[in-house]
Amino acid sequence: MIDVLNAFVVLSNFVLIPAISYGCQLALGALGVTLIYGILRFSNFAHGDTMAFGAMVTILFTWLFQGWGINLGPLPTALLALPFGIAFTALLVLATDRTVYRFYRKQKAAPVILVIVSMGVMFIMNGLVRFIIGPNDQRFADGERFIISVREFKALTGLKEGLAIKTSQGITVITAIIAVALLFYFLNKTRTGKSMRAYSDNEDLALLSGINPEKVVLVTWLIVAALATVAGVLYGLDKSFKPFVYLQLLLPIFASAVVGGLGNPLGAIAGGFVIAFSEVLITYPFKKVLKYLSPEGWAPDGLVQILSTDYKFAVSFSILLIVLLFKPTGLFKGKSI
Amino acid sequence: MTLPVRNIVLFGVVALLFILEGSVSWGFFSGSWNTSLVILNMALISAIMALGVNLQWGFAGLFNIGVTGFVALGGLAAVLISMPPVGEAWAAGGLQVLLGIALGAATVFAAVMVYAKMNPGRRRTLALIFTLLVGFFLFRWVFDGGVALVEAVNPANAGYLGGLNFGMDSYKEAPWKYMTLIAWPVGGLLAAGAAWLIGKTALGLRSDYLAIATLGIGEIIISILKNEDWLSRGVKNVIGLPRPVPYEIDLQESQPFVERAAGWGLDPVEASTLIVKAGYSLLFATVLIAILILAQLALASPWGRMMRAIRDNETAAEAMGKDVTARHLQIFVLGSAICGVAGAMMITLDSQLTPTAYQPLRFTFLIWVMVIVGGSGNNFGAVLGGFLIWYLWVQVEPMGLQLMTLITAGMAEDSALKSHLFDSVAHMRLLTMGIVLLLVLRFAPRGLIPEK
Repeated sequence: MIDVLNAFVVLSNFVLIPAISYGCQLALGALGVTLIYGILRFSNFAHGDTMAFGAMVTILFTWLFQGWGINLGPLPTALLALPFGIAFTALLVLATDRTVYRFYRKQKAAPVILVIVSMGVMFIMNGLVRFIIGPNDQRFADGERFIISVREFKALTGLKEGLAIKTSQGITVITAIIAVALLFYFLNKTRTGKSMRAYSDNEDLALLSGINPEKVVLVTWLIVAALATVAGVLYGLDKSFKPFVYLQLLLPIFASAVVGGLGNPLGAIAGGFVIAFSEVLITYPFKKVLKYLSPEGWAPDGLVQILSTDYKFAVSFSILLIVLLFKPTGLFKGKSI
Repeated sequence: MTLPVRNIVLFGVVALLFILEGSVSWGFFSGSWNTSLVILNMALISAIMALGVNLQWGFAGLFNIGVTGFVALGGLAAVLISMPPVGEAWAAGGLQVLLGIALGAATVFAAVMVYAKMNPGRRRTLALIFTLLVGFFLFRWVFDGGVALVEAVNPANAGYLGGLNFGMDSYKEAPWKYMTLIAWPVGGLLAAGAAWLIGKTALGLRSDYLAIATLGIGEIIISILKNEDWLSRGVKNVIGLPRPVPYEIDLQESQPFVERAAGWGLDPVEASTLIVKAGYSLLFATVLIAILILAQLALASPWGRMMRAIRDNETAAEAMGKDVTARHLQIFVLGSAICGVAGAMMITLDSQLTPTAYQPLRFTFLIWVMVIVGGSGNNFGAVLGGFLIWYLWVQVEPMGLQLMTLITAGMAEDSALKSHLFDSVAHMRLLTMGIVLLLVLRFAPRGLIPEK
């Protein structure tokens, strides 16, 4: 019995908890992608760099507050800086929409043109982030490191294996729940949110009912800026901030959005967790878990790792391809324009 | 036929940029023919890549953003063809690795067969899962063992299987050094093979799904190159690839060359570096012109007309009896093959394979900027874009340095902002490329040399 408990603790420590927090980060990112797709009808390749920009502004404000001696005690100061990050990111995406995207919207340009345009925006945002903060790793997490550390857990339970929950992981899950709850309340209960859904479902009908498209687009960008910044900051707190990494996150984020069904917010969340769990499960060496579960002397010699961690892109990619080939609208019904 | 004056002028301007770079030492021009030739060589390779992407996007409207991956495969071919095999590694585990790969391929084939031959239902699903699981563990068991054996052989210098250059120790001497030229078409073949596999599965997808899928493929190919040490030495890099042109040091030691250099009024060191780079330029220009002629002929042929018809209206083309999927696959493979050739040429130029250098921003997206700025759908446009954007990409740094000097002229010498601005100059490239791309898309969406 104790062995089963130990095995479960090992699994939680290395698979369940990291995958849940990674899943939350992916879900938040995928929500942004899916909203843009639903309302503006293109895949936004600049989303990863929008996340990086939001995280960067938050980091700069965190440093400022740290310099002033302001902090949140056990919580990271970054939470205090987050609203400023969101505000600046919102300004940036709105300015981008005004100067870049609106022109093509008026022209009713093909979605693929908008994708290429978003590639240009990606270049600019990426350059901007590197220009301001540089291409290197930045650490900005402060406060208490663990909610519960391995040693405390062992002392508490008397088990051989320990379990650690990082503060950043706890914050990720709580923040993600709050953000998603707010988003769904907004989309389902408020007038603006309903008009957004109507616009996403049927543009012509929405226009006929007197919905102002520019307002819908404006609100969408504001929400996307907030989601992107939150996702970027949480990812940065959990791992570390590096501009290049956010570009690589683009693939798992797109995979999450597509697997769930592009344009469907619920699908984006589900997709985020599907991708996160598959990535972590397939690249985790199960040797230690099996050691506890198998009878004496039967423990495996190898690592029992299906794929090396370097191939985690391959995991999100394969899931993406399988879903696209067999169920092109995603697990939840998204739209396929 | 009217003479395309505008195009000639545009190409003239680009040529002038390279001439000024070599001859004038003012502003951001370095006044060194060496620098000019270095930029020219990469510009020639970039132009070839741009031709490949133009074939896919300009002719057929296929949105491929996995260019980095195909370029990297070309680079891998250069290693596999022009480096000598590592005998001990082959003896240790080479065959086991190959057997492992064969088992992996057999598993995939068996799974496809099961899927195709059995009736849909629970039994098929179970059979499929069983085939894949058994095959996977068998593959890993054989393959991992072989890899461990190969990578244990002299890891500091080898640790990989090497290539197929049977000149062995004299692989850097004639005639064996010309194996590196054979690697160019082989790079194209390798990229074509990969493109065929990908196209078979992903080409039915809508344009942005295809984009995401190719983005993924690009990332996967790069991570294979970074991690499969037995194949490409991974992050340890393969260095010292043979080159098809003479070495500078040999030229400097040869008496006739020194005399001829003196005749030109150059010192032997400078003359030798120039000759070597010019040799590369000639080789690359030959390939570029050959591919350009082929692409032009293809564009003007009935096949090219059909391609453009499919691009402009797939439904109509299909109604006329054109096999859209097959044509897409064909052009996807062709375009990727061209990128592969260019990738192999690039590794020959560098004489080393550095898997970590394959950044999507630097290859995929920059090539896209070239095609769109030059004019998608027009081969000359793609070539012009390749030259112009590559020149800009290299020169943005010196330009930025001068701009920063101007901006910071009034600042204190030890100002933190000043030093930050100077450190950031290197990152101005991405910013500039983004702005160029957006401006062209907005004000000249058909590019500098539009499609006719």
